[in-house]
Amino acid sequence: MAATNIETWQSATVVEKIPVADGIARIVLIPSLPLKAEPGSHVDLMVEINGEQAKRSYSVVESNHDGTRLVISVMRAPLSRGGSIFMHGLVAGQQLEITQPLQNFPLRVGAQRYILLAGGIGVTAVANMAAVLKRLKADYTLVYVGRSRSAMAYLAELSELHGERLEVHVDDEGSSLKVPELVGRADADTELYMCGPIRLMDAVRRTWVERELDLPNLRYETFGNSGWYDPEEFIVRVPKLDLEVRVPQGRSMLEALEDAGAEMMFDCRKGECGLCEVRITELSGAIDHRDVFYSERQQRLGTKMNCCVSRAVTSATGARSDTNHAGPAVITIGVS
Amino acid sequence: MTVVQSTSSTTNKVLPHPLNAWYVAGWDHEVTRKPMSRRIANRPVALYRTEDGQVVALADACWHRLAPLSMGKTVGKDGIQCPYHGIVYNSAGRCVSMPAQETINPSATVPSFPIVERYRYVWIWMGDPTLADPDLVPDMHWADDPGWAGDGKVIHAPCNYQLVLDNLMDLTHEEFVHEGSIGNDALSQAGFEVTHTSTTVTLSRWMTDIEAPPVWAGYLRERFPDYRGNVDRWQIITFEAPSTICLDVGVAKAGTGAPEGDRSQGVNGYVLNTVTPETERSSHYFWAFMRNFKLDSQRVTTQTREGVSRIFAQDEEMLVAQQAAIDANPDYEFYNLNIDSGGMWVRRILESMLAAEGRLAASA
Ligand SMILES: Cc1cc2nc3c(=O)[nH]c(=O)nc-3n(C[C@H](O)[C@H](O)[C@H](O)COP(=O)(O)OP(=O)(O)OC[C@H]3O[C@@H](n4cnc5c(N)ncnc54)[C@H](O)[C@@H]3O)c2cc1C
Ligand code: FES
Ligand code: FES
Ligand SMILES: [Fe+2]
Repeated sequence: MAATNIETWQSATVVEKIPVADGIARIVLIPSLPLKAEPGSHVDLMVEINGEQAKRSYSVVESNHDGTRLVISVMRAPLSRGGSIFMHGLVAGQQLEITQPLQNFPLRVGAQRYILLAGGIGVTAVANMAAVLKRLKADYTLVYVGRSRSAMAYLAELSELHGERLEVHVDDEGSSLKVPELVGRADADTELYMCGPIRLMDAVRRTWVERELDLPNLRYETFGNSGWYDPEEFIVRVPKLDLEVRVPQGRSMLEALEDAGAEMMFDCRKGECGLCEVRITELSGAIDHRDVFYSERQQRLGTKMNCCVSRAVTSATGARSDTNHAGPAVITIGVS
Repeated sequence: MTVVQSTSSTTNKVLPHPLNAWYVAGWDHEVTRKPMSRRIANRPVALYRTEDGQVVALADACWHRLAPLSMGKTVGKDGIQCPYHGIVYNSAGRCVSMPAQETINPSATVPSFPIVERYRYVWIWMGDPTLADPDLVPDMHWADDPGWAGDGKVIHAPCNYQLVLDNLMDLTHEEFVHEGSIGNDALSQAGFEVTHTSTTVTLSRWMTDIEAPPVWAGYLRERFPDYRGNVDRWQIITFEAPSTICLDVGVAKAGTGAPEGDRSQGVNGYVLNTVTPETERSSHYFWAFMRNFKLDSQRVTTQTREGVSRIFAQDEEMLVAQQAAIDANPDYEFYNLNIDSGGMWVRRILESMLAAEGRLAASA
């Protein structure tokens, strides 16, 4: 929806910041140019990391009807480069530069049945959708999965609002979600909206395809930062540009190449458009594909990757489980 | 929605249009498998039917490079293909295939608009889709009620939609604009009564024991070929927000009890009007004339449709000239007459709808 996604920047005042779960803060903002936030929308905002400005996105969890009050919720990311830590340091009265609400994850009104699936902090992207579906008296189920109750934001509020329509799965209570069972409940008239860790979303997507359900009825928002493996430092070589670049744990391959002076093509920087794709000519290690642009078949081929999100890791079993892995992964690429 | 009595109505010359409302996008027969484009409430919309006959309305600009989808073709059960690089969207506006890639960019969608097909019209909701309640479609049931026969057309009127509403809410203009067909001087001499609710305005005017104007004398003779005497004439105009006006009009033999409710010695017509804003300065004006006599006569259907069409061409000429004069005289205001009270209640209702959408200040 290019036309409705023009970034209009404005200032916003933080009026409240309170914890709502382990490591998750609820932040209430008063924007200077209010615009109603549709369900599924997010704002981009500028955070400060080591004195430098960086852009981060946060879903609008709640907003009043004219958008004069926006609520976001931020999880302190475990291996943060600093964005979410900055957000957690905000105090009431502080000013932020934010965009008006942007929409990449629109809710369609009028489907016969809805399943909303939230994994962890992904609840921020679907909470507002669930509220609208309830108001519309739609047939919906909100499925909320997390590691432990104390880490799940808004559990009490959601349960109060949605009652029986809320279904909760908690890993450390042994009630983990069975993806095939969940997807098994969807039929041709069901739309599933999800936001959560890439592993969860990949599993749902695979099952969805296996069941030959219509792909356009599977809607998801990628927060653009989770992978199958923890990020590791690795080396990227670009013979054409005579470059050898170290990609630290806290930087993307695209950023590291840009830092080294390579002129890179990109658009979304979150693994959706495929414009940042590079050819893989040699690899010692494995690729952690974190994009949604390639099909599984293309990811398995391992001949190309989207360098804005995807990374190299030492071994396909992941650094953590492979304690005595040798050195960083090394990848050689061709660029356009 | 409540109308606050104490607000003074503006005489804003170019009134913005509410978005949270149903507007007619087209006659049912206009929308087919072959996509068409129509600008509605300032947004180009592509309209087509699925294989099952359901009407689909999508923003008429492809997600990729904004090529108009209406120039493309319908594909499969419910899809439409962009004429430029071939992206296919389904009826919900979701991309179902992208050129040269195995996956679909999750953000590739075009807005789709809620649609209701009712009373031979295709209704569209351009505002917040979560508020699109089909029960809010204005009542135009005469258009497909078996007790009524007739037909209509659409006029592309190059003027703000509110000027058309003003025209219909005040029928004293008939004496001047439509002299010799439906107008005569009994009109401006008769008093009228206005009532309103939060979404409707009704204006009734009775003219008893008058000479029938030529058109009505003709209609009455369709039913009572030998009658030549005076008539009791009525015009009951009902506005329903945001832009539908149904005129209950007719004549009966004078003194046979029509004003008291017995219309058995008369003929009755409904002029159905609904105006869809196209831009700030142009509108799609859908009208129909339905009658309760000679139901099975195609001749009468054609004659009344073409007759009304000629009458409305006179209105159109005036509206075009009025809009041009408004634009040419930006420093001049509108002033009000007593005969404008129906139109002024319409403005109040529209203003309160606009205020609820936070759009009243956005007026030109
Ligand atoms: C549309 C959208 C909506 C979002 N909504 C929310 C929301 O409502 N709430 C919320 O908390 N977050 C949301 N996010 C994520 C958010 O924008 C930030 O990414 C998040 O806060 C982490 O930022 P950070 O700087 O603290 O951490 P980052 O440094 O970005 O690290 C976060 C995680 O990304 C991985 N990572 C670390 N380094 C890299 C690297 N170089 N390349 C790729 N991955 C790396 C790690 O696994 C780490 O745990 C949203 C993102 C998008 C795109
Ligand atoms: S920039 Fe879009 S996928 Fe990388
Ligand atoms: S403009 Fe529609 S596919 Fe390119
Ligand atoms: Fe007229």
